[in-house]
Amino acid sequence: MKGLLESVIRGLGNGSVYALLALGFVIIYKATRVISFAQPALMLAGGVAVSYLAALTGFYPAVLLAALLIAGVALVVERVSIRPMVGRPVFVVAIITLGIDVVLRVIVNGFIGRDVRQVGDPWGFTQVSLGPLVVQSRWLAMMLVTAVLVALLFAFFRYTRYGLAMRAAAFDQEIALAQGVSVGAVFALSWGLAGFLAAIAGMFVGTGQGIEQLTWVVALKALPAIIVGGLDSLGGAVAGGLIVGVVESLFQSYQGEFAPWLGQNFAVVSPYVVMLIVLMVRPYGLFGTREVERV
Amino acid sequence: MTETRTSAAAPPDLPAGRARRVRGRPLLYTSYAQDMALLDTPAKRVSTGLLVVVAFALAVLLQDRSLEVLAAAYVLGIGAIGLNIVTGYAGQVSLGHAFFVAIGAYTAAALSGPPDGENIGYGVAELWIWLPAAGLVAAAAGVLVAPLATRLRGLYLAVVTLGLVFLGEHIFKEWQELTGGPGVGREAAIPQLFGVRLDQDGPLGTKEQLLYTLMLTLLLVFAVAARNLARSRIGRAFAAIRDRDIAAAVIGVPLARYKVLAFGISSFYAGCAGGLLFTISGYVEPSSFNLLLSVQFIAMVLIGGVATVSGAIAGALFISLLQPVTRSLPALVPFISGDTTQTPNVFQVETVLYGLLIVLFLIFEPRGLFGLWVRVRNYWKSWPFSY
Repeated sequence: MKGLLESVIRGLGNGSVYALLALGFVIIYKATRVISFAQPALMLAGGVAVSYLAALTGFYPAVLLAALLIAGVALVVERVSIRPMVGRPVFVVAIITLGIDVVLRVIVNGFIGRDVRQVGDPWGFTQVSLGPLVVQSRWLAMMLVTAVLVALLFAFFRYTRYGLAMRAAAFDQEIALAQGVSVGAVFALSWGLAGFLAAIAGMFVGTGQGIEQLTWVVALKALPAIIVGGLDSLGGAVAGGLIVGVVESLFQSYQGEFAPWLGQNFAVVSPYVVMLIVLMVRPYGLFGTREVERV
Repeated sequence: MTETRTSAAAPPDLPAGRARRVRGRPLLYTSYAQDMALLDTPAKRVSTGLLVVVAFALAVLLQDRSLEVLAAAYVLGIGAIGLNIVTGYAGQVSLGHAFFVAIGAYTAAALSGPPDGENIGYGVAELWIWLPAAGLVAAAAGVLVAPLATRLRGLYLAVVTLGLVFLGEHIFKEWQELTGGPGVGREAAIPQLFGVRLDQDGPLGTKEQLLYTLMLTLLLVFAVAARNLARSRIGRAFAAIRDRDIAAAVIGVPLARYKVLAFGISSFYAGCAGGLLFTISGYVEPSSFNLLLSVQFIAMVLIGGVATVSGAIAGALFISLLQPVTRSLPALVPFISGDTTQTPNVFQVETVLYGLLIVLFLIFEPRGLFGLWVRVRNYWKSWPFSY
């Protein structure tokens, strides 16, 4: 029982990182109707930026600076490669983001080199005890920071002018334009926010084990998360991220014991299995809007 | 120029069968048969014929090393045509092409492998048995996936097919009796045609020449088949589904059946390409069927030209020839290194080029290489007028 709960907490910690990434995917999807496959590169870039900046400014300012820096990179990417494609098929734009991801990752890998870069986090592998449970403090930090960011984000969408503009553009771009919403600004803002969240996620992925060239694969686990939650639901992104994190963690802890025939490292692909099962039952995810199709 | 094309109804005095061609009016059609012909103008017939002759002549003109690269490019062309059928013609976005290629590769390898070896093998080395088998097993996998495809659309489908690649990678790494496991791998399928081993030098030519001729022939067969498919009833149904699937359903196209068919045929092509792809190197490794391979196929289709067979082949040639070109860069450009430990190295340049080419083509020439060709052709068609 103790082991199970510790495993769940570890899953919730990792799951909140997936949730941050998934939120980025969903924000971009809602604004532009495109899945941005560039999120992994932005996440990796965020982690690397923190690892360089932390040596100069200390850890916490470095995180903020890196997040703003990556948001800036995302803005540039959006302006250069996504904005000219307004009105073109979504698949084409999605593939463009795939190309951008490849290019960005090579550039970032140049900064990583062949070693593992430490992000200089204050948590490392330190452990704290919650009653009878012993858990690493970084899981708690992940959960806490994600909870705060998610609350801020929901307040932003609910109470600010820009949040309203983004909701309007997500609802119907043409009507929003007619009402005076600058859809271009909404596109930019969505990419900026997604870059910001990806950078923070990248920092958390780097805590403890550090950042290396293959770390970007972690971001791909946010894809099953958004599909499980539903592509256009912010709440679904958080729920999906947590579900994927917990499922993965449980498989890590118990699959070797109960289902060894699934092979080593099955935990790595378990999110995709969950995704397939959910889609068999609900083709628009758990919280996604069912599209009404008209000719 | 275009009004001559519309004269489809033949005048009554013309014979019903082989219609008369008017001299000096290559675009004047006088029968439906002419309008529907695969190569509908004399210029197309001549240029295609020349191209095929030159391609076969290359087998004796080029050095073995170049033939090997080209043979691999032709096989990738078969795979790219397959992806084009499901994504370009039928509009079902698939990022999982590498998974079907892998199934084909392992089916072929298992069929032709030695029965008493470390890996599963049945000792059937005849190409005409293992090649269709590889295609059919992959097609069966495609048909299994298709029910999901009929429920999902757009980017949901893209992510699900992406998931297939990861699941496949896991299975291939774990199922060591079949695949040899990561880092070990197994022998690829043996290309043997009526008792003649094509992967050994023989009286008919060197190993590379034999394989090159084989791959070129197969590419031609698959390409002509795809062209015929595209202009048949099935191809028109695919196009209707791509353009608007609900509208297609309303006018009576059975969506589920044609989406299953599109995935099946596409996977058949992928499976055949997979079976052939490793006969050149003679070795299959489970980690080669990853996301990068899928992205490369997507790049071939997009750079070549979506929904054109010749575009898919051009894209495959372009992407495959990119590698030897970038590999020769360190000799020409001093700051690019051939060493993986230094930072602008050729592998990085190569990866960046993939990405950049996809982005640039999609932004500036969405119809790909085929679109460039159409522009050139139209320029000369109306020359000396600009339009």
